[in-house]
Amino acid sequence: MLDLTYPAPKPKVIAGAKHDWELVIGLEVHAQVATKAKLFSGASTRFGAEPNSNVAFVDAGMPGMLPVINEGCVAQAVRTGLGLKAQIHLTSAFDRKNYFYPDLPQGYQISQLYHPIVGEGEVLVEMGDGTARVVRIERIHLEQDAGKSIHDMDPHMSFVDLNRTGVALMEIVSRPDIRGPEEAAAYVAKLRLIMLYLGTCDGNMQNGNLRADVNVSVCRPGAYERYQETGDFSHLGTRCEIKNMNSLRFIQAAIEHEARRQIAILEDGGSVVQETRLYDPDKGETRSMRSKEEAHDYRYFPDPDLLPLEIEQAWVDDIAAHLPELPDAKKARFLGDYGLSDYDASVLTADLDAAHYFEAVVAEAGDGKLAANWVINELFGRLKKEDHAIADSPVSPAQLGGIIRLIKAGDISGKIAKDLFEIVYTEGGDPARIVEARGLKQVTDTGAIEAAVDEIIAANPAQVEKAKANPKLAGWFVGQVMKATGGKANPAVVNQLVSAKLGL
Amino acid sequence: MSIDIDTARKVAKLARIAVPESDLPKLADNLSGILNFMEQLNEVDVEGVEPMTSVTPMRLKRRADVVTDGDQQAKVLSNAPDAREGFFAVPKVVE
Repeated sequence: MLDLTYPAPKPKVIAGAKHDWELVIGLEVHAQVATKAKLFSGASTRFGAEPNSNVAFVDAGMPGMLPVINEGCVAQAVRTGLGLKAQIHLTSAFDRKNYFYPDLPQGYQISQLYHPIVGEGEVLVEMGDGTARVVRIERIHLEQDAGKSIHDMDPHMSFVDLNRTGVALMEIVSRPDIRGPEEAAAYVAKLRLIMLYLGTCDGNMQNGNLRADVNVSVCRPGAYERYQETGDFSHLGTRCEIKNMNSLRFIQAAIEHEARRQIAILEDGGSVVQETRLYDPDKGETRSMRSKEEAHDYRYFPDPDLLPLEIEQAWVDDIAAHLPELPDAKKARFLGDYGLSDYDASVLTADLDAAHYFEAVVAEAGDGKLAANWVINELFGRLKKEDHAIADSPVSPAQLGGIIRLIKAGDISGKIAKDLFEIVYTEGGDPARIVEARGLKQVTDTGAIEAAVDEIIAANPAQVEKAKANPKLAGWFVGQVMKATGGKANPAVVNQLVSAKLGL
Repeated sequence: MSIDIDTARKVAKLARIAVPESDLPKLADNLSGILNFMEQLNEVDVEGVEPMTSVTPMRLKRRADVVTDGDQQAKVLSNAPDAREGFFAVPKVVE
């Protein structure tokens, strides 16, 4: 199998009023674990239920209730770790992170500060321009989500829904390896894709099932390289953390804005204060969350209700043995086995449904490049017009494969194939039968084409004289023949015959 | 280790317990007493001893990923001082 290797992208440089600046970015991605039940209770994780209906007494923090871990959540975390080529820790443990907020009825979040279940891994983040960044993962830990507070239903009260309380999250922590807003968005998109392939998170950012806290600092060019050589963070600037963003576009905009804010402070002779900030997409700016600062004394301690989580190597091996093919491997295979371009392979593997569809077409038609062309250019274009997902495509892979087979066999021309595609898209049916029934077959019978050529030459003596003087005008005859045969004549045969008959 | 009045005030605040200023010296004194008592444990040499997490050699209990609980909105809300339209209603939290 091909190994995907790309040069690293250049770090983004922002020109300040005085000099150039670079960015250093690390992310904490919170991914909701795809399971039926919560991390420590048997309540459902279903989104959009009646408020407070997916709540067990454990989730509501009722006295005397004890947490019992959901093995499915543990398996999903291990699966995600393996997908990120990370170390799996056979022993991990849970800690309490203490703080008060109305949507956290226990008064603490159960998390894994000291002994996370997953250790160091890495993600290849392709930038689409032939470059890619390898972003190192520091750790993944399991923790509980909080509930949801609604502040706009009443002028004096906040409303609390505990349905999300206790749902399992994976917090995926990266190293500060990301060097620009686009890289940060591409990193989150790649993590999301890997988890979609693994089936460990549904990736729905709009519902908040995947959200990110972003740490941003700025430094002068060269400082980052000194940090890399020495591992000494003092070469880097003071960072700010922008909390809880659930859109790739917001992540990019927030980083861009935050970097410029920090640069302005530094060039003004000030210093950046390490703090938590919130991005306001309406105003396009970040602001300080001072209210949270004060509460930042979490008094972590091991949760006395939970023994350490011990898992067996054989269990991990079994999960590893059943991992699906992941995006990088699939892309490498598409490049190697089907000879696709990097762009086509990226597009087709960026969506699992598209990848499956493409492979089903290839199985039918046996030509990877042609199949990729048709899926990406014709099918995607057509689906987009009507805002359809590939899963709802009216053209099945077997039908598209059938069209491609007809092209390869020389039965239809490229132009007719597009018409045929449109017929199959709107009316359905078997492509080969449609071609037969509607007489769309390409004419390769030289006799029939010859007759058409003769007829046109005989009817246009003036044009013949002109073409003999200027051979470029032969194209006019080819066009006339194609017209006369309803586009069904094989263009190569027509060209050849026209040249021969005109004596060019 | 002794707890001063400022620390006692901070601990009370973090625990959301209202302690009148006049009670803080006594509280600080009590907390210091507790910590000093516990500190006797520091005399024990635990060099090379793994921290014990349980007195019985038990494996952490697990549950299967099956929905077995929930659908009890009324019960969940029954102790709430105020609940409206299925939500807990609490004094406005401003972010």
